[in-house]
Amino acid sequence: MSGAPQVKFYQVGSFAAGNRLLGPELQSDQADPGRSNTLTCGHRACQGCGEALGARYALDAAQRAAGGKVIAVNATGCLEVFSTPYPETSWQLPWLHSLFGNAPAVAAGVAAALRAKGRTDVRVVGQGGDGGTVDIGLGCLSGMFERNDDVLYICYDNEAYMNTGVQRSGATPPTARTATTQAVGEDPGAPFGQGKSLPLIAMAHEIPYVATATVAGLRDLEAKVHQAMSLRGARYLHVLVPCPLGWGTASHDTVRIARLAEQTGLFPVFEAVDGEVTDVTPIRRHLPVEEYLRPQKRYAHLFEPELRTDVIARLQRSADRNIARFGLLAQEEASS
Amino acid sequence: MKEKPFAITLDVGSSLANRTGAWRTQLPVYVDRMPPCNQACPAGENIQQWLYHAESGDYEAAWRQLMRDNPLPAVMGRVCYHPCETACNRVQVDNAVGINAIERFLGDEAIRRGWTVEAPPESSGRRVLVVGSGPAGLSAAYHLRLLGHAVTIREAQDRLGGMMRYGIPRYRLPREVLDAEIDRIVALGVTVELGAKVDDVLAAQRDGAFDAVFLAVGAGIGRRAYVPAGDSARILDAVALLGGMEGEGPPLLGRRVAVYGGGNTAMDAARTARRLGATDAVVVYRRTRDRMPAHDIEVEEALEEGVRMKWLSTIKYADEGRLTIERMELDETGFPRPTGEFEELEADSVVLALGQDSDLSLLRDVPELAVDHGTVQVADGLMTGRPGVFAGGDMVPADRTVTVAVGHGKKAARHIDAYLRDTSYDPGAKHAPATFDRLNTWYYSDAPASVRPRLELARRVSTFDEVVQGLDESTALFEARRCMSCGNCFECDNCYGVCPDNAITKLGPGKGFAIDLDYCKGCGLCAAECPCGAIEMVTEE
Repeated sequence: MSGAPQVKFYQVGSFAAGNRLLGPELQSDQADPGRSNTLTCGHRACQGCGEALGARYALDAAQRAAGGKVIAVNATGCLEVFSTPYPETSWQLPWLHSLFGNAPAVAAGVAAALRAKGRTDVRVVGQGGDGGTVDIGLGCLSGMFERNDDVLYICYDNEAYMNTGVQRSGATPPTARTATTQAVGEDPGAPFGQGKSLPLIAMAHEIPYVATATVAGLRDLEAKVHQAMSLRGARYLHVLVPCPLGWGTASHDTVRIARLAEQTGLFPVFEAVDGEVTDVTPIRRHLPVEEYLRPQKRYAHLFEPELRTDVIARLQRSADRNIARFGLLAQEEASS
Repeated sequence: MKEKPFAITLDVGSSLANRTGAWRTQLPVYVDRMPPCNQACPAGENIQQWLYHAESGDYEAAWRQLMRDNPLPAVMGRVCYHPCETACNRVQVDNAVGINAIERFLGDEAIRRGWTVEAPPESSGRRVLVVGSGPAGLSAAYHLRLLGHAVTIREAQDRLGGMMRYGIPRYRLPREVLDAEIDRIVALGVTVELGAKVDDVLAAQRDGAFDAVFLAVGAGIGRRAYVPAGDSARILDAVALLGGMEGEGPPLLGRRVAVYGGGNTAMDAARTARRLGATDAVVVYRRTRDRMPAHDIEVEEALEEGVRMKWLSTIKYADEGRLTIERMELDETGFPRPTGEFEELEADSVVLALGQDSDLSLLRDVPELAVDHGTVQVADGLMTGRPGVFAGGDMVPADRTVTVAVGHGKKAARHIDAYLRDTSYDPGAKHAPATFDRLNTWYYSDAPASVRPRLELARRVSTFDEVVQGLDESTALFEARRCMSCGNCFECDNCYGVCPDNAITKLGPGKGFAIDLDYCKGCGLCAAECPCGAIEMVTEE
């Protein structure tokens, strides 16, 4: 990770949110007692919701970067539903919702309106889940990218349509059980060879900035938001946000599961500028994919009634491919 | 009434009206747990707390916290076998925190800067006699003075320090360090009587009108095993050898010295012999290395200095310039058994280091006292069978180390204080242990331990200069910051950060955090992501 401050060793180094011995400039935005809390208490997200956490991390950082002048445009999805049951709102910033598939277009419109008014100080963030981003809103998003509209679009990826009952999306990984990819038959769960990587699609547009992050890497995520906010034009941030409900994990395991996704190599964390990968967050404690799969009920059929070593090996190969492709391991370990 | 937009019938509300705390079945609670270092410290130091101050660079606060339990940090930072480091949870991450080295740094810093402590101005009017001025006696005197009692130390030798002076060689404990820490204790207003051996404790108590007595005479008599020997064989004991180093001329040993025994004293004797010019110092021990009572580091340093070890050997006969050694073997229970095989070992002198006993003659007229295997039996509060007479250190059954003795001194002082006030001392309930499985070590930076520099070997075998050197300030600070603060919040803000419901409030430096029960859904993320295990999930009633 390039942008996160490299904190000199202070007991917990740069991995925790803050530390009593650090000056404010070296604390994470989330450690600030005066943080924006863009998504405030009382929202109706499930216990341990990764998306609620990721959205506050990202938008608090965007608010900090833009001096508190951010307008958020939200696609339909969990984030929208749990935060704004009419007439309540959990948002502590200007916030718009229109349709499931048009959030990038609405955000581009807000940016155009601001440009027409000559307001360069107010910044626009579009956001949505993987359904609204990867599938339903892809046309609008691709248009926003190719026009290089001045919007940071953030996708909170929990790898299925959770709000409507855990249906498969284009971001659902192979073998995961969803309501529409049941754990039955010869190849249970979501099939191999389907789905897509939106960060790579975004990179193909050669927009100024594309990055991935997870809720397990708070400082990394914040640094990427700050980096994105320092640029103009179309920018894309893809954040992995585990879903205790849809993934079948304990509510206290949300951060741990995201960490395991990173440390196994299944979710590569990287940055790309103008279509080229410029930096990766290296794996610190490399683990086999089984460590990530086993705690999740959506993968339970890989372990019971029989252990599907063949399928796990195939998933391991895709993790290994990520590691090789993005260079996620230090040289000596990668070669051994 | 203001006109609402088309199709809007309700005013905008905030989700704050939605008290999601009602969903909760588990409640996060901040706890304090007993860190393994504190648990393991025989002197009862609150190690984690003084490291906490040291981490912020406030060495004086750290030292003052340390001094609440141990008045000899510079000594302990040199001679303690640091069970705290053996217990340290960081061992399971990389290496233990160098607690002992930081303690020494703080102790040396205090001497360098002249930090002192004050006894309370008003006196309790009670008088306590401390017999012996080793670590137990000095520690008791210090704590009793802080509690407001008048203290008199009677020491048989002509200088204070007990085995710290007459048993521990200078290359492990320089005397100016020892003197500085002893002087600081004496300066609290302790009356010192040197060369004043107590022969009859009850008479001494009566004559001096002392309200209580703390006995800490140590174990200063070298155990004499019977070794058949010719008329001109030179045999002396390790206590006499090490004690003699404090006298005028060093004892004469010759060029080839055999040390009989396998404890720390045997290592001290052999290393001292090397420094006195012995070209060959051999430790003769009847069992194997792994069964030696000596600490590993002492054996290691002795070997580095060229001390030879003869395992599975006993001395059968000593004659002028030569010993007859019998080979031993271990039986199934690990007990050494003679084999009937003999060999010769050239040695100009034999130093016996076979253990030490206490001189308990001062107790012979105390009827209530129980003595077992040469040690005085004491109750939990270190009181002997005689009310008002307490005992600690090497003369009671326990490990015989400086650290244990310092702990005894503190414990005895608290119980003596309670006895004098006619109450009982209640140390309070201990926190549950902060075990490694409760930590989330992901958040700690990878930081291997700092290594203390050592004196080069050539100077080690020719001089009594200190072997192990101290850490400089920045290294000590780095080392202190390796502490993981097991079981106690150190304000890393992780709980505040990871709550998806903003249900945690940061109260400010030193004040910790508060949980807003109106909104906490009880997901448990704060507890799971707390690096040091200071949050527990408790089932709601």
